[in-house]
Amino acid sequence: MKRKTFIALTCTLILAMAALTGCGSKKETAGDTASDDKVYLIACDAKYAPFSFEENGTYKGIDVELLDAIAKTEGFKYELKPMDFSAVIPGITSGQLDGAIAGMSITDERKQSLDFSEGYFESGLSIVVNANNTDINSEADLQSKSASIKKGTAGSQFAEDNTDKYGLKLNYFDDSPTMFLDVENGNSDFLLEDYPVIAYKIKVDGDSKLRIAGDKLYTVDYGFAVKKDDNQELLKMFNDGLKKIKEDGTYDKIVGQYVGE
Amino acid sequence: MQLFNIFMDNLPSILSGIMVTIKLSIISLLVAVVLGIVFGIFRLSKIKILEGIAVGYLYIIRGTPLMVQALFIYFGIAPLIIPRSDPFICGVIALSLNAGAYMSEIFRAGILAVDFGQMEASRSLGLGYFKTMQKVILPQAVKIMIPSIINQFIVTMKDTSILTVISIRELTASGQIIVARNFKPLETYGVIAVMYFLLITALSIFSSYVERRLHRGHKSN
Repeated sequence: MKRKTFIALTCTLILAMAALTGCGSKKETAGDTASDDKVYLIACDAKYAPFSFEENGTYKGIDVELLDAIAKTEGFKYELKPMDFSAVIPGITSGQLDGAIAGMSITDERKQSLDFSEGYFESGLSIVVNANNTDINSEADLQSKSASIKKGTAGSQFAEDNTDKYGLKLNYFDDSPTMFLDVENGNSDFLLEDYPVIAYKIKVDGDSKLRIAGDKLYTVDYGFAVKKDDNQELLKMFNDGLKKIKEDGTYDKIVGQYVGE
Repeated sequence: MQLFNIFMDNLPSILSGIMVTIKLSIISLLVAVVLGIVFGIFRLSKIKILEGIAVGYLYIIRGTPLMVQALFIYFGIAPLIIPRSDPFICGVIALSLNAGAYMSEIFRAGILAVDFGQMEASRSLGLGYFKTMQKVILPQAVKIMIPSIINQFIVTMKDTSILTVISIRELTASGQIIVARNFKPLETYGVIAVMYFLLITALSIFSSYVERRLHRGHKSN
């Protein structure tokens, strides 16, 4: 009689597993039926004004609007997936995403696992400090200071490369707002953020207690990214579309909304 | 007042976050209860393989953090099976497997807490194993398990916030996204905390209602 019990239980377990995998495969068929008319899954940073941020329930910003304009010109469909930046590159390399437009600097390290489009926006890294801080005014002043950095960014790369040189103490965060807060609250001495983002934050947030210290550390372009040697047709469409919207003025119109003089 | 304004300004965002949190919790808890019962009974079984499976499952889940499990499933395993898989489903799987392991211990402890003599007495009176479980052991065991189960429900509901790391937009993620725009962490996270508090209080009240019902039913037998 016991044996019967266990047979019954095993069946239950198998059913439960089937139910679980069933959920998964149902999703997949939904994706498959749409595959004649492929919908690209494209990530943006969930919290990265002015490139991508949410207002009244919809996403907007330079990244989001450029992508939309390019998709319209080139006639491809996409689904926007806002996520933490630290999850974007793993998402592309593991095949969970088709591409990303996430304010991503084109760096040599990233080129080893990603293919980038032409640069669509010139950016660069700035040192940012609390407005009350007068000690730090250039890269040379960073000696034995504590840095607030965002996981997986060009800023964190810079801080990690220079940890020994300047004796930095690194505090890691998942998104820009928490990284800003850490410096505003005085827990870290400085943070590293891309210039357009911090300039926008200081401009828009009247209560901001942040100050940009000195010149940009370097300039770099943002690029649209796909997995290396994968989704090349998407990359090509992005490049073609970018060229077209630059020619017809759409590009300037979108960018001008956020980073006017 | 400030709190109320922030709540009203971001109502759609907060509500959609709450809905995702509730959906995640309910689906995961239902699956977890099934997993808990199955593996709890496996654990008590005399068949060594089943016991081994249940112990292995428990040790693996209990020995690793939920956040690592979620990252491992979404970025590690899922792409091998289905590329571009849905983070929500991966989240449900991670959360169910996690809560299921703890639930299996609750079920095992509950069944063990009923004196073995009752099983022997019932079996010697001619009732089968299933009937004994159904009529004698489980009614008493469930009463013992209820407080622990409620506790696990609440823990799991709060654990949904960990799934922000695989880009599920639940209540905590909504809060972070709102802060990214309004730059008011104190007030916004205050609102989010109040929302969680209300949700969990509602769950607690519902649970104690269920508990009272079960007790009354038992007494009237």
